Amino acid sequence: MALFLIRRIGHGILVLWLITVAVFALFFVAPSNVAQTLAGRQATPETIALIKHRLGLDLPVWKQYLHFVENAVRGNLGYDYYHQVPVTKIIGQALPITVSLALGAAVLWLLLGVFNGVISAVHPRSLADRGLTLFSLFFYSFPSFLLGLLLLYFLYFRLTLAGYRWFPAGGYSAFGAGAGAWFQHLLLPWVALALLLAATYTRLTRGSMLDVLGEDYIRTARSKGIRESRVIVRHGLRSALTPVVTQFGIDLGQLIGGVVVTETVFSLPGLGQTAVVAINQQDLPVIIGIVLFASAAVVVCNILVDIAYAFLDPRVRLH
Amino acid sequence: MTTALDLVEVGTEAPAIEGRSPFVLALRRLRRDKVAMISLAVIVLIVLMAIFAPVFAAITGHPPNEQYRQIGLTPDGLPRGPNSTFWLGTDDLGRDVLVRIAYGARVSLLVGVIATAITVAIGVVLGLAAGFLGGIVDTVLARLIDVVLSVPFLLVAIALVSVTGPSLTVTVLVIGFFSWASVARIVRGQVLSLREREFVEAARSLGAGDTRIMFVDVLPNVLAPVIVYTTLLIPVVIVTQATLSFLGLGLPPPTADWGGMISESQNYYTTAWWFIMFPGLALLITTLAFNLFGDGVRDAFDPRADRS
Repeated sequence: MALFLIRRIGHGILVLWLITVAVFALFFVAPSNVAQTLAGRQATPETIALIKHRLGLDLPVWKQYLHFVENAVRGNLGYDYYHQVPVTKIIGQALPITVSLALGAAVLWLLLGVFNGVISAVHPRSLADRGLTLFSLFFYSFPSFLLGLLLLYFLYFRLTLAGYRWFPAGGYSAFGAGAGAWFQHLLLPWVALALLLAATYTRLTRGSMLDVLGEDYIRTARSKGIRESRVIVRHGLRSALTPVVTQFGIDLGQLIGGVVVTETVFSLPGLGQTAVVAINQQDLPVIIGIVLFASAAVVVCNILVDIAYAFLDPRVRLH
Repeated sequence: MTTALDLVEVGTEAPAIEGRSPFVLALRRLRRDKVAMISLAVIVLIVLMAIFAPVFAAITGHPPNEQYRQIGLTPDGLPRGPNSTFWLGTDDLGRDVLVRIAYGARVSLLVGVIATAITVAIGVVLGLAAGFLGGIVDTVLARLIDVVLSVPFLLVAIALVSVTGPSLTVTVLVIGFFSWASVARIVRGQVLSLREREFVEAARSLGAGDTRIMFVDVLPNVLAPVIVYTTLLIPVVIVTQATLSFLGLGLPPPTADWGGMISESQNYYTTAWWFIMFPGLALLITTLAFNLFGDGVRDAFDPRADRS
């Protein structure tokens, strides 16, 4: 098990290192005029050169890269070009918002997806099964920005117009400033995200439940006279959840790295929106920092999934 | 010895016959699937709308980028709702929403098909190579797949497009570049088990080289999952393109495309519902039709998946 873990972590570090190389190459090959932007339109070439020097942009790319890696290993991702704020601090400020969004949505989509999947699997090919499949495919087909905008249109604009001020137009309210406001600001983004993602889980749960319910031990459990609901939940669902756990790890990893569209639509200043702003300003340290952080989230979650998998299914450990 | 002879045939000319029979069966299953056929009809209609977009412009008499500031906007300069001149209303610049939706279908379908084709082509070739050749090739490609799948796709895509400037080519390339990895992973997994099968050994004993075995003998055997994945990838690509447009990184204006139209409508959704609803509906109907059709294709090509 220890060997498996070490190999997996080694893999993860290798992947992350390759990503830093790729990201660095990507952004430094492209011509950047940050110094010009910072210096203003009337700047002399000397001023621009000075700014370039201060930001380290006059060094050869490989030196900049070594610099970056050296600092990154020490937990310093550099400073943003405009206000000299540490990138780690920017990430630290945006992260709670993205995590609130991702975890809240996760609770909803897991409940919705697994519940629908079980109902579908217990009565395959029934009206309920078909209806739920159509329901999940419908939301699965939604572009996330469209679903977000429609929720805003009907549940914020229309409701407010009708005199029900239940939902705000967007923005974030920190948990520390009151759980009620926090909840109110996040409910629509949660729903928007959860409806989109639940579809995958409905399908996964349905598929693996159907497989499991056909197993001999389920028949044994039934023949022992155990209540049907107990057979389904305790004996069936428990072992059917393995693929769901895998998918959950992958999805959560990706969301922690920034929910670009949902954050943009609902004006939540999380990692995704911060990155979009940085991209528009060509604020390289912030872009690279967030991309790296997001990749790390994916890599870490994948490792966690593998570990969970090794616990759930001992055969994995042997390979 | 008869078996050996059979294998000889498989290795040389039979793929056309061998590969078609289950294919025909799958098509027959697909044709009996009512939902899939209705979705296909909708897709055909959307394709027709894209092809005959100029006809929409001719019938209404409104070119897609013409701004009707006098008759297309209210005295306050706001978009006009659906009426007899502008059937689906106008946008913030007084342009005909219906005509722009028809032209927008071209962008969505074009990007959807071309980017998907590129993605699948790269994914299949690299997946085949990794799974079949093994060794160092597999190690390198498998690591590359891991890297691409760990990169936050949308973030890097926006960053890239913002650096290069938006255009159709960049959109297609960015989508293709980041999506091939999942195709490659599926193909690689299938090929890993296929390459141990007897027919590969038979082909090799006949003197066939790696390239020939990969593309003539192994490839037809992974086509079913690839076809299923391809159909389901098209709506994903269409949504990605629309998302890039929505974030302001689609096609440069005034080109009409659905994501861009929805993005422009954001500031007007309180006053002009048609401006967001109709392009949104067009986008949703398209992706839904492709997803329902893809679902049918999956059931038809992999009947086990749904009936276990």
